[in-house]
Amino acid sequence: MLPELFFGYYAAMIVFLSVLVITRKNPVHSVMWMLLLFFHIAGLYLFLNAEFIAAIQVIVYAGAILVLFLFVVLLLNLREELQTAKFIRSWPAGLLISGGIIVAIISALRSFVLAPQGMHTIEFIKRETHTKALGTILYTEYLFPFEIASLVLLVAIIGAIVLAKKKTRS
Amino acid sequence: MYIDLMLNIGMILLKIAVVIGVALLHVAYATYWERKVIGHMQVRLGPIEVGPHGLLQPIADGVKLFFKEDIIPANADKPLFYIAPVIFFVSTMTALSVLPFFEGFVIADINIGLLFLFAMSSLGAYGIIISGWSSNSKYAFLGGLRSASQVISYEIAMGMSLVGVMIMAGSLNLSDIVKAQQQYPTGMFAVPQFLGFFIFTVSALAETNRLPFDLPEAESELVAGYFTEYSGFRFALFFLGEYTGMLVMSSISAICFLGGWTVPQFITGWFPFLLQLPAWFWVLVFLAKVYAFMFFYYWVRATLPRYRYDQLMSIGWKMLIPLALLNIVVTAMVKILL
Amino acid sequence: MPGTYLPSDYLPILVFLMVATAFGMGALLIGSILRLRRPYPEKLMPYESGNPPVGEPRQRFSVKFYIIAMLFVVFDVETVFLYPWAVVFDKIGLYAFIEMIIFIVILLVGYVYAWRKEAFKWD
Repeated sequence: MLPELFFGYYAAMIVFLSVLVITRKNPVHSVMWMLLLFFHIAGLYLFLNAEFIAAIQVIVYAGAILVLFLFVVLLLNLREELQTAKFIRSWPAGLLISGGIIVAIISALRSFVLAPQGMHTIEFIKRETHTKALGTILYTEYLFPFEIASLVLLVAIIGAIVLAKKKTRS
Repeated sequence: MYIDLMLNIGMILLKIAVVIGVALLHVAYATYWERKVIGHMQVRLGPIEVGPHGLLQPIADGVKLFFKEDIIPANADKPLFYIAPVIFFVSTMTALSVLPFFEGFVIADINIGLLFLFAMSSLGAYGIIISGWSSNSKYAFLGGLRSASQVISYEIAMGMSLVGVMIMAGSLNLSDIVKAQQQYPTGMFAVPQFLGFFIFTVSALAETNRLPFDLPEAESELVAGYFTEYSGFRFALFFLGEYTGMLVMSSISAICFLGGWTVPQFITGWFPFLLQLPAWFWVLVFLAKVYAFMFFYYWVRATLPRYRYDQLMSIGWKMLIPLALLNIVVTAMVKILL
Repeated sequence: MPGTYLPSDYLPILVFLMVATAFGMGALLIGSILRLRRPYPEKLMPYESGNPPVGEPRQRFSVKFYIIAMLFVVFDVETVFLYPWAVVFDKIGLYAFIEMIIFIVILLVGYVYAWRKEAFKWD
């Protein structure tokens, strides 16, 4: 009963905080609500037996990526949200399109298939900690994706520097 | 079942009260001790007026800050202004919950203790940026950005320096790391991991914004940096947070590099009566190591000049990261060969 | 059995967080009741060494901060890959060590590129 209660709390708060993030006028406030949102996601990971991922969620997502978001928001120096022209002029057409998208998503949920059982059982993960369970698989079975990840990070470094340096030169 | 839960929570609250009480007392008297140490190093006396030998000075300071008027600058972003010092204070204090002070006394014995500490120090950066931004002042904003950039630059080096410790201990659980050090003749990881220890010490100085890396809050440069516009108890929260951060970094060094609450095997070999002592005795050994580290912090503050901001950033990125990677590779090679 | 796991080790952290937040906000709230409050415009102006403030307070700042934050994200993710490797290092043997060396070398290429392009330079 208790895990369901916690899950319900986390799910409700995540939806509520997401709505808050996109409806705030002040972008810095949006970023702070997003910080709280990431903590709730980390809590959800904790309940799924994935403590390493919960820690990484806070360290990387909340601690690095969101700081980057915050720096960009401060760089843009917006007091309030920009009022741009609407993408679709008439609101009934917009409502129809978004309603259609929601119907498409919900009908796709019906063909939801559970992923195959993981390699280790829950008892194994509880005995050796989650970090070690992850480590034993990531660097042996999933070696190739791991090395691809390093290439993705390399591209990210080069891309960021190329884009940012171009601005300062001009 | 509910009585069990209530008893459990009661025990937790008791432990938390003890740890917070002791930590705040330590932090308050750390400020006193710092002024005394730096004073004596500069051949002067430090505080001696308030109470015998100035021992009531921190209490006087605390009372003064508590009753000072709360000035909120015009056009400051009020909710963020309120919450920034609380974020900073809470993130450094929560780091205390995973530290093992002696055998069996950890408030939360989690298996990812070291990562939790990294997470809490990442959060401290938010307190800094938000306080700088919400103060609606150029000095504060620039100071906040620079301080936050400094903190994030040294976080990479700090994380990498502890990877060597993780390789040697084989665990992220802080109690396991302390116990793993007992297998070595010197009882400390500082000896085989001297490079990691050096990198960690330098990063810890930069993470807590202490000299020689305290340009973002140096009085002569940017007034007081990101907390220029904070007065009264909000300033006290920043101050407490900073000194608690120092305490936490000293504790991490004591746990990961200096052997925590244990003494090296050869000492218990010479004095077997030490093994009969109760478990809480060893907290004194732990505290001695923490105090030694804090004394080192004060010593560095009294002695070294300040780094310029570009020197500071280039040390963090250009010197510490390659050294830390070298440390990791060498540690791993030695572990494979042995 | 799925759905019955409770991370009971983390309960103390939650309690500690709540206690620390209560302490911080409680002290501020109690203080705000007990303190005096006499605002006047001069006191409330942002501090600029005694002169009235000049210029818009939140001016644009240089793009160096953005580059540093971006590089921090990438190196943080790299460090995160190092953590599980370090912890299971005993068990996965020599091959995993060589794989990690390849990983580090690829990222060192990026690091050297950033160095040469003066991304770490701050003047």
